Order: sequence, then structure tokens, then C-alpha cells
Amino acid sequence: MRQPETLATGRSDAGYPLVELSHVDKHYDKLHVLKDINLTVNKGEVLVVVGPSGSGKSTMCRTINRLETIDSGVIRVDGKPLPQEGKELANLRAEVGMVFQSFNLFANKTILENVTLAPIKVRHMDKKEAEDLAMDLLDRVGVASQAGKMPSQLSGGQQQRVAIARALAMRPKVMLFDEPTSALDPEMVNEVLDVMVELAHEGMTMICVTHEMGFARKAADRIVFMADGRILESGTPDEFFDHPKTDRAKDFLSKILTH
Amino acid sequence: MDNFLALFGEYDVLGAFLVNIELTLWSALFSLVLGVVLVMMRISPISSLRAVAGGYVELFKNMPLTIIMVFMVLGAYAQLKLTFSDTFATNFFWLAVTGLSLYTAAFVCEALRSGINTVPLGQAEAARALGLNFMQSAGLIILPQAFRGSVAPLGNTLIALLKNSTVAAAASVSTETSSLMSEMIEFHADAIIEIFLIFAIGYVILIIPIGILTTYLSNKLAVRR
Repeated sequence: MRQPETLATGRSDAGYPLVELSHVDKHYDKLHVLKDINLTVNKGEVLVVVGPSGSGKSTMCRTINRLETIDSGVIRVDGKPLPQEGKELANLRAEVGMVFQSFNLFANKTILENVTLAPIKVRHMDKKEAEDLAMDLLDRVGVASQAGKMPSQLSGGQQQRVAIARALAMRPKVMLFDEPTSALDPEMVNEVLDVMVELAHEGMTMICVTHEMGFARKAADRIVFMADGRILESGTPDEFFDHPKTDRAKDFLSKILTH
Repeated sequence: MDNFLALFGEYDVLGAFLVNIELTLWSALFSLVLGVVLVMMRISPISSLRAVAGGYVELFKNMPLTIIMVFMVLGAYAQLKLTFSDTFATNFFWLAVTGLSLYTAAFVCEALRSGINTVPLGQAEAARALGLNFMQSAGLIILPQAFRGSVAPLGNTLIALLKNSTVAAAASVSTETSSLMSEMIEFHADAIIEIFLIFAIGYVILIIPIGILTTYLSNKLAVRR
């Protein structure tokens, strides 16, 4: 029997640092949104970033593929400092998958074209090969039957799963999830989280900004708690949820877990 | 009625309209190309390109077309020796097309920019996040959606262009409609109402279908989000 291929590139040689942020600072005018952020994500690690809104977690996530610039500090991906602009930056972004809160599927392309576009244009993959890869990925996230449709014809959950397939088609080294379920209707949240849990189990390096505490507990190797632009806590899910150290984290957890 | 028939018999009215249609089609083509280049410059990551395109649009958008057309003849042709053909009529036809294109490109750029504003920022972010460069993001994702979002303003620009093509008279294109109308009035001052009606109705007949078509296309091509 054929071994099922994994969505991720494999969990071999886990452990070396894939994404490193050191002394990262960022301001929006006078507002200090990231304050001396130091964070290392190892290969194969699933990091979940939680915190109240406005704490800078989305901004931090977006700095890693330079959708947001930083004022000072260094961000390294796979050992290389983030390029400033141009071709090198495009090359880096091709290696870093990103899933957005609002899906951002290309509205003028079909589902299949959404997934094949970047492999064809950036990786110069043969069209047939890219389509095979895309159908394979769409099948794994459960939307292969929708391949010919336009994004607007799909439900939010389906669109977000396509967005995950689109990012995976570039065979990224790391996946960034920026509140991937926040814009979804409640009944569609789990279909997206299931795909993410599967990815995590397959050894994909993931950085997830999310409010889904169930997912955080189930899939995360490590939880980072942010508030007011700082990382206040970093630990395993059990440490964080059962024994939060800071008052801010205790306060945050009491607000979200007491239903 | 006899007056109408006599006027149509004496003058090549349809031929004159054809000259305006030709002026319009060529100018539409060139201004579309130039307008796309300008709008890509305006959204490019290079600030000097943005400044040049912005300056161009402000200059040509705010300058009366007649001045541009007169400049094409007295400045570009007479002083700077810009010549398209040795045939008098052909030469001035292309000078007029050049003037109309330079002018209309500013409005095409603005129409497309309004279309770009209908494309959510996330579309460009997703394109960049996948490693597409600026030209790929603009050409494959942003502009195709911007075009579909700016069908109505582009249609209005085309309508304005068709009417503006009568200003080609200022660039010595003597066979187009407004030149012919002046000539007809000069020799048939008694039939002035008929002459006005011929040209007024002629333009209405040309322009109404453009309006209907743009409204139809604007709905049909609208990007569903």
C-alpha cells in the first residue's frame, strides 16, 4: 500500500532554530506596538501566540514575512536575516506560507488557479504538475470538488481551507496563521482547525495567532502570551493554562475560560 | 425634411462622423496603454515613479484640451518638427490622436485608480506573501480586478473622449464633425436648426449605446467577493 504523503515537508532533523526574532521593536507613529520581542521557533515546532486584542500578536506574525516592517532588531528565517526588498524578499516570502484572517483568495481566479498561480509564476512549475499538486492538496483539505468554482461561491470555512492549500503549494518551511478562524461562522471553525491540527501532527513548523484555546491546548508545543507589545510568558500549554505566572495572563485566562 | 436630404446630399456627414470615430478609437487605444503604465507607476513601490506619474496626471487633467491640441500643431509640429506623415491631413490626424491620447491617459489613470481602490488590500498582501513580485501582483491580481471595478468610469472617459474628438478641429483636422458643421453653417445659415440637429442627434446615437454597454458590462464583470 502507498504510504500517505505528508502535507508538510517532514519532521526530520527537528530542533534547529527556523525563525528567530531578536530585540524587535516597532512603532506606529507614537504607538509602541512591538517592544523588544525575542522569540525562537525551532523546526517542527507549533507555536501558538495568544493575548488580548491590540497586544501586537498579529503585527508580530506579519513581520516574519515583512508584510510589516520593523524599526530595529533582527529577524532571521532559516538562519538568513530578512531581506529588505526586491527579489530576495520575494524568494523569502515564497518559503514562508501565510494564512490570513480574511482568507484573501484571489477574487478573479478559480479555486484551482488560486492554488496553482504561485507554483507556476514563482517556482516556474509546469502547469500540469502544478495542477496535480493543487488537486492533491485541495483533496487533502477536503475541497477538491470545488476546484472549478470562484472563491465567492464557497463558504468561509472552505475558502480558508483553500487558502491553506494555496500556501502549502509553495512547500513552505514555516506557516504563519494570522487569526485564521476569527472571521468564520462558529460552525466552520472546526473544519479549519482540523486541517491545522493535521498539519501540526505532520511536523510542519507553525506560528499561529489565534483565540482558539482548545486548538492551542491540543496542537501547540509552546504558547506565547503577549500583552501591550511584549511577550510576557512562554511555556508549554499545560504550564500556561494551568499555572500562568503573570497577573496579565491570569486575568486574560479568567476572562476567556470562565464560560 | 427636404433640407435634411439636401444637406446629406451636399456634405459627407457620415464621413465626418467616421473621422471622429477613428480619432476616438486610436486615442482610446493609446490612452489605455499609457493610462495603464501611469497607474502602475502610481502604485509602484518606487517613489520617484509615483511622483512622475502623479505629476503627469495633475498636469494633463487640469490643462484645457484646446491648449494641448493647439500646442500639438504650433509647438510639437511647427517648432519641434514632430511629423507623422508628409500628407497634410494624415499628419494632423495623428497629431490630434497624440494630443487626445496624452490628455485622456490622465483620466484613464484616474479611472483605473478608482478601480484599484475597490480591490481589498488583502489581495495584494496575499500575492506578496506567496512571493509574487510587484509586476506579477499588479498584472495578475490587482489590475484585472481594478479593470472590472472601473468599467463605468472608463466608459465615461470613452464618452468624453468621443465628444472631445471634435476639438481635433483645433489641431487642423478639417474633415471631422465640428469643422464640417462650421462649414455647413457658413453656407446654409437658413438651415441652422437642421444642421445643429444632425450633429446633436448623431452624437446621441453614437453615445447612448456606449452608456448602455458600460452599465451592462459593469454589472456583468463586477468582481464577486
